[in-house]
Amino acid sequence: MTQQSPALRLEGIVKTFPGVRALDNVSLDVLPGEVHALMGENGAGKSTLMKVLGGIYQPDEGLIYVGDTPVVMSNPLDSKAKGIVFIHQELSLAEELSVAENVYLGELPTLSFGRVDWKTLYEKTDAILSKLKVGFNARTLVGDLSIANQQMVEIARALTVDAKAVIFDEPTASLTDAEKLVLFEVIADLKSQGVGIVYISHRMEEIFKMTDRVSVLRDGQYQGSLLTADTNEEQITQMMIGRKLDLSRAPITHELGDIALEVRNLSCGSSYQNINFQVRSGEVLGFYGLVGAGRTEIAETLFGLRQPSAGTILLDGEQMHINSPSAAIKAGISLVPEDRKTQGLVLGMNCRDNMTLPQVDDMSAGPFVSDGAEVAVFDLYRDRLDIRTPGWRQTVGNLSGGNQQKIVIGKWLSMHPKVLIVDEPTRGIDVGSKSAIHKLIRELAASGYAVIVISSEMPEVLHVSDRIVAMFSGEIIRTFTSEDVTEDNLIQAISGITPK
Amino acid sequence: MISEFIKRNLSTSAIWLFIIFELLFFSIAGHYLSFSDGAFMDLNNMLLLLNQSAPIGIIAVGMTLIMVNGNIDLSVGAVFAIAGIVMLDSMTWPVFAGLGDWVIVVSWTLALLAGALLGALNGLIVWKTGVDAFIVTLGSMLGYRGLVFMFNGENPTSHLNWTLIDFAEAQFLGFNTATWFLAASVLVIWLVTRYTVHGRNAYAIGNNRNAAVNAGIRVGPHMVINFVIIGFLAALSSVVFYSGSGSVNPNDGQLYELWVITAVVLGGTKLAGGSGSVIGTLGGVIAIQLLRKGLGYIGADTSTVNLVIGLILIVVLFIDRQLNVKGAQELRV
Repeated sequence: MTQQSPALRLEGIVKTFPGVRALDNVSLDVLPGEVHALMGENGAGKSTLMKVLGGIYQPDEGLIYVGDTPVVMSNPLDSKAKGIVFIHQELSLAEELSVAENVYLGELPTLSFGRVDWKTLYEKTDAILSKLKVGFNARTLVGDLSIANQQMVEIARALTVDAKAVIFDEPTASLTDAEKLVLFEVIADLKSQGVGIVYISHRMEEIFKMTDRVSVLRDGQYQGSLLTADTNEEQITQMMIGRKLDLSRAPITHELGDIALEVRNLSCGSSYQNINFQVRSGEVLGFYGLVGAGRTEIAETLFGLRQPSAGTILLDGEQMHINSPSAAIKAGISLVPEDRKTQGLVLGMNCRDNMTLPQVDDMSAGPFVSDGAEVAVFDLYRDRLDIRTPGWRQTVGNLSGGNQQKIVIGKWLSMHPKVLIVDEPTRGIDVGSKSAIHKLIRELAASGYAVIVISSEMPEVLHVSDRIVAMFSGEIIRTFTSEDVTEDNLIQAISGITPK
Repeated sequence: MISEFIKRNLSTSAIWLFIIFELLFFSIAGHYLSFSDGAFMDLNNMLLLLNQSAPIGIIAVGMTLIMVNGNIDLSVGAVFAIAGIVMLDSMTWPVFAGLGDWVIVVSWTLALLAGALLGALNGLIVWKTGVDAFIVTLGSMLGYRGLVFMFNGENPTSHLNWTLIDFAEAQFLGFNTATWFLAASVLVIWLVTRYTVHGRNAYAIGNNRNAAVNAGIRVGPHMVINFVIIGFLAALSSVVFYSGSGSVNPNDGQLYELWVITAVVLGGTKLAGGSGSVIGTLGGVIAIQLLRKGLGYIGADTSTVNLVIGLILIVVLFIDRQLNVKGAQELRV
């Protein structure tokens, strides 16, 4: 290591909340021009640490240094003024305003009488944008940009100050593989300018591709830092969870059943065209492709949320007309949606009520709900799926991401569907729960369900699927079997490159 | 477990604590300020208070269901007036002339049906057009009020039936007729929210409509049912009230929607939907009535009363928000 002084240094940070020691003597240093990964399971204390850094929480003990000066971050603006900039996982942009207005939000250059100095505003913004090499300008409306470009706007916002350290919190969570590459270039660029970068992510392949050092938190405690080049996935995972994570391909150990679901020439406007595939019971069919390739739209069509413009859906060989979710559920198709918080769960309701939501009507005695029967269903699936909750009365919003996802899966299993569609099964879920959910998907197939898994993560789709459908801009390019799939030909297929 | 229980019931219990505070305050302040000889917490005074709470209270019970479901109904005041007119006017129709006092049953039924129908109309428009309930019922509030004026111009609609007035002023176990109707409404709707499929689904829809749709719940019918219920309850409130007074002024019921919403919100129901209880609403209704009565008791005039209620509404919601924001932040750790 060089002897230069760190861009950012945390020393012995302690933060306690009633009943929890969220941060227990955490120390961390980020050198200028270094990409420093911060890893840990959900609840390990990453977010708390970042909030301390951003001035949202004040630490109970410990010091923060920017360069060699100890500083106190009194609020987020103060933190930004001292050169610590955050790129948040969830974008916080005003979609109806232009890029320039967003970049300088709250700090618009003004003329006399409070008039906005549009000329300076656009010039300064365009200067920053040209550094980022993006394909839009200062006058573009943010709402018209893709998610990836909106993230670029967030980054541009960070560059309006003389940043000493930039913190990326799960920056690739909603990006496609192609868009990630652009982001990585920007990070490399910042790095070459001597900015210290903290990179928070759950994704191992990014950590190894991008970062110089890795620091790990577990249960609020600092577990140590390693040079990325000297470590490997298993070692980091073990530091994070204290056990090993298996991501190798699971062999098929059971016989496949009959064709449960068949789709023939299905089309839906410009979303997707001419889709043909079959899923057998006992099989996991993976759908892999870029965001916008039409995968989610197909799932929504099968679940009755979207009407196809042409084509047929056959369930157990019988043609079905599915025009609403309730029709889909009746027919035996269930969907674990992409975003469990906005589409899957009623966050304000308790665990049991969420679990039995689709069948509360079937279980009722006349107009009245049958509490006892519902608790029985909940208990059954809590045990089967190993859902960690103090009891069924717990509000779902208070559970961890992994347990929330298990509640959604349990909800649909309790309906005994023939076909279970899982859209992004492990988005925003920590490593430990991830492998539990992968295992669960394999087990469900083994017990006879036909499972469709849609995922943007290649290791995941390779790990859980028996066959993989590769999609590109609304069309199925190729269906791979586990024998002929490789990372290379899968990437080529979903990028629209035709192999010879 | 106990702290969890307290947390869950905080927003409802807060309003009852506030009511106790009001009782103590007005009893003590009244001792020095009131010109009246009677104590504030006099039994008859309290019974009268419940009786006077009934018109707003019965509608507020329905509004709780509507707001938990994620909607709002601004037309309740106009429905209140229409139902009153239907009841009083239909008693004078020649077709019912031979019925004697049985005309009361017929007129009540007609009025309640009218309320339910007007509610159903609101609900169907909200469901089928997808226009926000606020806009739809803002329109129907104006439209229904227009119907009231079309019927009899600026003139009141009156009819006196002594049997009806006796019924309205009757007492059973010490409570007035109107109080019994209020209690029954609270009980029935509480049972609906707590123990029925419809109640469960209404909460789910209000809390996360997308998730409810994805669970195969048909949102539209549940909304229509709730609008029918509130239309019915607005009419019920009306028939109970006009049975005693016997005369509907075309401006009657104006601003009721706002008093009703104030009571519901004071009782802890969220404007955004998904949480709330009729027990809390009952507290909100009583708290407002106590405030009106109490301020009157210590000699404040109507305009002061409105000012104070407005202030208290904002203060209570501010405190509620502080409590909730703190809770949410700790959870995100």
